[in-house]
Amino acid sequence: MVSTAVARRSTLPGFGLTMGLTLTWLSVIILIPLAALFLKTFELSLDQFWGIVTSRRTLNALKISFGLSFAAACVNLVMGTIIVWALVRYRFPGRRLFDAIVDIPFALPTAVAGVALTQLFAQKGWLGAPLAELGIKVAFTPIGIFIAMIFIGIPFVVRTVQPVLIDLDPEIEEAAASLGANRWHTVFRVILPSLIPALLTGFALAFARAIGEYGSVIFIAGNLPNVSEIAPLLIVIRLSEFRYADATAIAVVMLVASFLIIFLINRLQRWAQARIPVH
Amino acid sequence: MAIEVKNIVKRFGSFAALDNVDLKVADGELLALLGPSGSGKTTLLRIIAGLDWPDSGEVAIDGENALSRGASERQVGFVFQHYALFRHMTVFENVAFGLRVQPRAIRKDEATIRARVKNLLDLVQLDWLANRYPSQLSGGQRQRIALARALAIEPRILLLDEPFGALDAKVRKELRQWLRSLHNEIHVTSIFVTHDQEEALEVANRVVVMDKGKIEQIGSPGDVYDNPATAFVHGFIGESIVLPVDVAGDAVRLDGRPLNIPALGAASGAAKLFVRRHDMAVGPAGTGALEGAIRHVRSFGPIQRAEVALSGSEGKTVIEIDAPRDRELQAGEIVSLQPRRYRIFAAQ
Amino acid sequence: MSMQTGLVTSTPQLRTYAPTTDVSVAAPAPRLEIVRAEPVTARRDPRTEPGPIRLVIIALAITFLSVFVVLPLVVVFASAFSKGVVAYFAALAEPEALAAIKLTLLVAAISVTVNLVFGVIAAWAISKFEFTGKTFLITLIDLPFSVSPVISGLVFVLLFGAQGYFGPWLQAHNVHILFAVPGIALATIFVTFPFVARALIPLMQEQGTQEEEAAISLGASGLQTFFRVTLPNIKWGLLYGVLLCNARAMGEFGAVSVVSGHIRGETNTMPLLVEILYNEYQFVASFAIASLLAMLALITLVAKTILERRLDEAEVPDGD
Repeated sequence: MVSTAVARRSTLPGFGLTMGLTLTWLSVIILIPLAALFLKTFELSLDQFWGIVTSRRTLNALKISFGLSFAAACVNLVMGTIIVWALVRYRFPGRRLFDAIVDIPFALPTAVAGVALTQLFAQKGWLGAPLAELGIKVAFTPIGIFIAMIFIGIPFVVRTVQPVLIDLDPEIEEAAASLGANRWHTVFRVILPSLIPALLTGFALAFARAIGEYGSVIFIAGNLPNVSEIAPLLIVIRLSEFRYADATAIAVVMLVASFLIIFLINRLQRWAQARIPVH
Repeated sequence: MAIEVKNIVKRFGSFAALDNVDLKVADGELLALLGPSGSGKTTLLRIIAGLDWPDSGEVAIDGENALSRGASERQVGFVFQHYALFRHMTVFENVAFGLRVQPRAIRKDEATIRARVKNLLDLVQLDWLANRYPSQLSGGQRQRIALARALAIEPRILLLDEPFGALDAKVRKELRQWLRSLHNEIHVTSIFVTHDQEEALEVANRVVVMDKGKIEQIGSPGDVYDNPATAFVHGFIGESIVLPVDVAGDAVRLDGRPLNIPALGAASGAAKLFVRRHDMAVGPAGTGALEGAIRHVRSFGPIQRAEVALSGSEGKTVIEIDAPRDRELQAGEIVSLQPRRYRIFAAQ
Repeated sequence: MSMQTGLVTSTPQLRTYAPTTDVSVAAPAPRLEIVRAEPVTARRDPRTEPGPIRLVIIALAITFLSVFVVLPLVVVFASAFSKGVVAYFAALAEPEALAAIKLTLLVAAISVTVNLVFGVIAAWAISKFEFTGKTFLITLIDLPFSVSPVISGLVFVLLFGAQGYFGPWLQAHNVHILFAVPGIALATIFVTFPFVARALIPLMQEQGTQEEEAAISLGASGLQTFFRVTLPNIKWGLLYGVLLCNARAMGEFGAVSVVSGHIRGETNTMPLLVEILYNEYQFVASFAIASLLAMLALITLVAKTILERRLDEAEVPDGD
């Protein structure tokens, strides 16, 4: 008979091997490169870092990126909700097609989206021309950046909220109606509150994506320092000037911001799961 | 001895799934592991199969140490609760799987494999389903295919995890009888896990009752029903009336009043009196150990089930008894009750 | 056994086969026909809005999607063909264009293969075993999704650039990573890293380990179990991940732009060439290349829709 000490074994084989490979490859491709970014930052003194980050041009680029991303995410939040509502609750000709169309900003390479939006909103473009007549200039202004950010952000809100609205128990609404609530009350007091976690998650995802966006923005942006220059572009410019330290410092600020947003999203989803039991 | 389990301990975090379990299973037995969910019965089964590993203890199959081998080397047939049929393979390929993955040196040729699979499908009477996919089968059919698949590797022992759990009541009854007759035919040592006492008592030769990671009783179906070893077994198997009593010497008291029944050797102090519903004899008032007013009577088949509010408890203690229909009971009637068979266990 | 794991950082791109298209099947709700003329006597359905409001919402949704999503796509093709079909194909036949197409295909092939192998391995480790820190590991795998493409390129410049950590060593040994195919491939692998793993993990977690356990108990080895039981069960999910990974690999712009060096005819991928030609006012040529990428996107979307339907079917619980 054997000794009483039994080696722990697992039924399915390959845990050690696959976990080892996963961690190794993850380190080589993701963790070490990202660590290099922080390592490079630590070569700067705090004053140097602060100097770079608070220089007028950097500060303006960060303001433009974060501010317009936030504004675009707000538009996406409202329009995304309307689109989800139409797609989930109503039947209309072409509904399925429009449902599929929502994914285009995900699928279209950013450079393609960038040149297309620019062409569309340029002064002689299909939309640019009529807008110019109204005195509104979109391409090569901050409004252009805003438009591009709305374009890339819309699927995030729609695709996060859609499954939640679909899964919403119809009995909840029927209960509200049977308790005498009118439609307005039912929508704003019963349905929308239960969509809040998903809405906030979608908002945060759209916001995070817009902050880091490069390809679809730079063509339409105009890229005038302090006016229409986004932070990712400033990184590229600093790199081309071989000012690695500057590029790295800006990158770290952006990276930390997006990590904070992921952390927030994580929290949100955990909160939502605790509040609304998953069935 | 086909299977010998010694001192098995298995913890999940701080929860002891198995707490020093010993079990011997003889060759050719059909054994039931019976217990509520969380009692550790499935964990024990999976440890025997090699699908889980104990923290300490020993498992021997046919006298060989099983823990030095992985599940794929134990030659143990395992029927999963949800069958775990390979959904992308036909029924035939499912059953053939164990034969096809054998090392080349001992792998049988295609014709032998086909013949063997055909035999097994005949055995479970489903040869006509050979080319179907699992999703096209009914629950009972899947169950039998899972069994055929497990038998294909000529297992030394057969383990079944809640074999009837996912089936509806009628199919379940049929399959029970079928499993017992199959066991009579092939006689492979088998253990099945169930939470359904009726299933365990009807199918198994021997029943192991488990609770909270421990074995409460091992015995024949008649034994565990008629002579429950612990309060848990008495409460879990069959339906019992449970009354809180005090034991002092050989006297038993309920709510401070003597019951006039012997304590049967129970230790003095707080205890619980267990009586089967049908072991409570009903007589005219003043003739038995207990007295109460009948509140409600329902009659079906050979019995009448009566709700009786016991006197002296201000009508708070209500018990249900099953009486034969030799005399129709009436609501409002005062009757006396005398336990014919009972057990007294110390309260925990 | 509970398969609850914290796949919390949701990235809708990877929101596998949730009902994006086939809402009518999944949703119990929409019994609301907008075109339906409501009988006067009929009580209003408590679960919908008054007709005019419905119309406004639908009109808003359609207008928004048409202006912001459909029009840009139409512009791509309209501009590409603005000087006629001949000019379009002439632009695509340019040596520079052909070189970009070839490079894009090469880089996509490399990064998809690498991420396919990694994704399967990682998904096996994560979904078939229980261990502490699983949620954290998934978050790490997801990281590239939340990193700006520009930063994804930057990190490799910091490692392999002339002033980078390995720069001097690489120079001394005459190894070219940056401004060459290896750098472009590395940056692409970085940005497409999560796709396959994230398509497989939820699927494999949902499928559980029962079939694998059954295979093992029937005597199968680990590799036999994987190739005969696991792989056939995840093939559609795998294809789904590969599809999305490939689309992103071919279309990646920011990260590649930083590491490529823009050497004409050598290190320009298709998206980079779109930029260069556009900035040179060669609109037809630029949009011709862009139209190829747009077609790739459309094909990917169609294939994705079909795959999602397959996955939904595969997922139908085989209850009795």
